[in-house]
Amino acid sequence: MPEIPAAHPGSSRRPRLLLVARHTRITRLTHWINLLCVIVLLMSGLQIFNAHPALYWGQIGADPGHAAFEIGADDFGDGPPAGFARIGSLALKTTGILGVSRNASGDTVERAFPRWATLPGWRDLALGRRWHFFFAWAFAANLLIYLLAAIASGHFWRDLLPSRQQLRARALLDDVANHLRLKFPRGEASRGYYPLQKLAYLTVIFVLSPLMILTGLSMSPGMDAILPQLVDLLGGRQSARTIHFITATLIALFVFVHVAMVLLAGPLNELRGMITGKFAIFVEDDHG
Amino acid sequence: MGSVWLPRRRILALGAASLGSTLLAGCDRLSGAPVFEEFLASAEWLTYRVQRQLGGGRSLAREFGPADVSPVFKVNGTSVPEGEEYAALRENNFVNWQLRVEGLVETPLNLSLADLRNLPQRTQITRHDCVEGWSAIGKWQGVPLAIVLARAALLPAARFVVFQCADVLEQTLDGTGPYYESIDLIDAFHPQTILAHSLNDAPLTTGHGAPLRLRVERQLGYKHAKYVIRIEVTDRLDGFGRGKGGFWEDRGYEWYAGI
Repeated sequence: MPEIPAAHPGSSRRPRLLLVARHTRITRLTHWINLLCVIVLLMSGLQIFNAHPALYWGQIGADPGHAAFEIGADDFGDGPPAGFARIGSLALKTTGILGVSRNASGDTVERAFPRWATLPGWRDLALGRRWHFFFAWAFAANLLIYLLAAIASGHFWRDLLPSRQQLRARALLDDVANHLRLKFPRGEASRGYYPLQKLAYLTVIFVLSPLMILTGLSMSPGMDAILPQLVDLLGGRQSARTIHFITATLIALFVFVHVAMVLLAGPLNELRGMITGKFAIFVEDDHG
Repeated sequence: MGSVWLPRRRILALGAASLGSTLLAGCDRLSGAPVFEEFLASAEWLTYRVQRQLGGGRSLAREFGPADVSPVFKVNGTSVPEGEEYAALRENNFVNWQLRVEGLVETPLNLSLADLRNLPQRTQITRHDCVEGWSAIGKWQGVPLAIVLARAALLPAARFVVFQCADVLEQTLDGTGPYYESIDLIDAFHPQTILAHSLNDAPLTTGHGAPLRLRVERQLGYKHAKYVIRIEVTDRLDGFGRGKGGFWEDRGYEWYAGI
C-alpha cells in the first residue's frame, strides 16, 4: 500500500511499517452491513417524515401549525413558494433544500426533504415504509450479532472501554486538543482507539442505536398495546417520534464526523483495516 | 506530504460521490422493481408474526381519560362520500341506512343504526395513529364487532372480515376505487374492535365516517374504515379490489398496519 507516511524530517531513527491485526471478521462484516442499514434507514426515514413534516411533544399532535418543529412552504399567490424550517418561533428560509426543492424533472415542488435525501427519491410513503421496516429488522439483528460477538470475544472490554488513564481530565483534554489541531498519531499510539473515539463509539452503540430501536417501536400501535410502559417512559407517542428524529440526526452527525476522521487519519489505511482487518502502524526503530 | 495526498483525497472524494449517486440511482431503480418490493415486503410477515406472538389477541390498546381527548380530531381521507345515494341517506339522518353482514356466515344480517345502538355498547378513549405520523385522541362508542359476528355465526372456513365502504377514494377504470379494508379474526374478535357510531359523545360527522366506522385500535388509521355499509366474512382476500386486502394495501401499504 502506498499510504506510508514519510519519516519525520530530522529523525535519526529508521521508521518501520508494521501491519497489525485491527478488526475481527465479525466486526468488519457487521460494520458494513450496519453502514448499508443506516443509510437506507436515514433516507427512507426522511421519506416517511415527509408525509407529515412536523414534530410534537406528548401523546398527540396533528396540526403542523402548533408543532415544536416544522418544515413547510409559504405560498405567495403568483410568486414561487418559499421553503422554511421552524423550531419554536424561530423560522429559517430554506428554499432549495427544505420545504421547497426541485423534482427529477426540474420542477419546483413543495416537499420537506429534497429528493436526493429520501428513499425512494419520488414521493412514496408506502415504499419508504417498506424499505424502512425491512432494514430496521436487519439493523436490529446486525446490532445484536455485533453486541454478542463484542462481549463474547472481549472486544468490548479490550478495545472500546476507555482505560482509567484515558478518562482522566488531562487525557481527555489532550485528546480534544489533538482533534482540534487535526493531529493524529501514526505510531504505537494509533494501535488502539483514542478516548474521544471510544466514547463516541460507546455512545452510538449503547445509547443512540438502542434509542433508535426503542423510539421506533414506540411508534407502532401494535407494540404500544404489547408494551405500554415503553411509550409512557418516552413521554408519549409523538415525543417518541421526536426523539427518534433527534437521535437519527445525531447518528447522521456521527457518520459525518466518523467519515471526516477516517479521511484525516489516512483513508486507505483505515479502509484496509475495516476491509481486510490489517492496519498499518508506524513504529520507530532504534537500530538506525 | 500535501502534494502527494491531495489528488488522492480528491480521487477518493470523487469516487465516494459517484459511488453515492450510483447507489441512489440503484436504490430508486430497485424501488421500482416489483420483485424487490416483494422482497422488502417480507418484513411485514415477520412483524405480524412477532407482534401476534407477543400480543396475540390479549394485549389492549392504551385507553385514556376524558381530559386527554384532542380538541380537534383531524379528518383524513374522504371528507364527504360522493353520490346521490349517500347524500339521500344523510339527508334522512341514516334512518333508511342498513349494514349488511354476509359471506361465510350462517345467518346473514341486515342491521339498522337503531339495531346497532340496541346491541351491547362499548366506549373507549383511544389514540388514533395515522400512517402519515400524526396522532389524535378521541372517545369512540359503538358495538363490539365480536357481538355482531356472533349473531351472524361464522362458518368454519372464515379467516378474514372485509369492510366495504360507501366512499370512492379514487376514480378508476377497473372499479377498484371504493374504500375497503380487511382484518384477521384475531382483530375481529378483539374486545376493542368496535363498529363505532359516535365520536366524543356525538353521532359521527360526515368527515369521520357517518354513520358507522370501524375501530381496530392496535393498527394504524387507514385500517379504521369509514362509511362501512357491508361486512363480508371470507376465507381469502384476492377477490376484493386488487387483491391485497384494502384500498391502501392495493396501493403498496402494509396489510398488517400494527407498525
